[in-house]
Amino acid sequence: MAVVDYIEMKIPAKPEFVGVTRLTLSGIASRMGFSYETIEDLKIATSEAITNAVQHAYKGEEGEVLIGFGLYDDHLEVVVSDNGKSFDFHKTKESLGPYIDHSVEFLREGGLGLYLIETLMDEVKVHQNEGITLFMTKYLEGEQVEMDAETVST
Amino acid sequence: MNISIDVREQELQTTITLAGEIDAYTAPKLRETAFPYTEKQYANVVIDLSGVSYMDSTGLGVFVGLFKSLNANEGTLKLVGLSDRLKRLFDITGLADIMNINSVAEGGV
Repeated sequence: MAVVDYIEMKIPAKPEFVGVTRLTLSGIASRMGFSYETIEDLKIATSEAITNAVQHAYKGEEGEVLIGFGLYDDHLEVVVSDNGKSFDFHKTKESLGPYIDHSVEFLREGGLGLYLIETLMDEVKVHQNEGITLFMTKYLEGEQVEMDAETVST
Repeated sequence: MNISIDVREQELQTTITLAGEIDAYTAPKLRETAFPYTEKQYANVVIDLSGVSYMDSTGLGVFVGLFKSLNANEGTLKLVGLSDRLKRLFDITGLADIMNINSVAEGGV
């Protein structure tokens, strides 16, 4: 299926711009007819991907994160690329999951991001070349209940 | 796209009321502000999340950190006022089974 529209933005790899991307994403997903609940899921998954790029790929160094939104008839594809620098995605992923060990001292304080991405999105693909590019897909199936709903918060 | 943090302290009881968004940008501020209150022995910290409009894993990470610190100092952490959205985040990550969370903010705690 051909992409209908494509929107791209590039942000400095700094935490203060993650929220800016969320605003843009909210607008796009709302325009496509996603429900409030799904938009909230999309916001979390996308923020997690950008946060990973900002915190793990760059670790305080200067850099940029590229975010692309592919708008299709029946789904939205969000692409997040850290453009060069990156962390070991597969190795990081292996150690993730929900908290099942109840002993407090072993609780991890980070690393739930990738787990949330996989839980909240319908499809997740990873390309690892010079950097890491995450492709995250969410389908509109049965979503078009409130077209252009004005329930957008960041 | 910011957070407001209001802290009220009465001896061993600390109530922290949050409003706004908890993400990669605001989570460090929250950790920095709240952490000292978890380091006292037998401290009881209540965090009211009813004004939180957005939160992701960075926020969960902060709460896990506060929870661990309080546990190490024989204190308690209670999260109150969670919206259905926030509750879901604690559910799918398994944290709801470990931490004391309550969707209704209790009066006079």
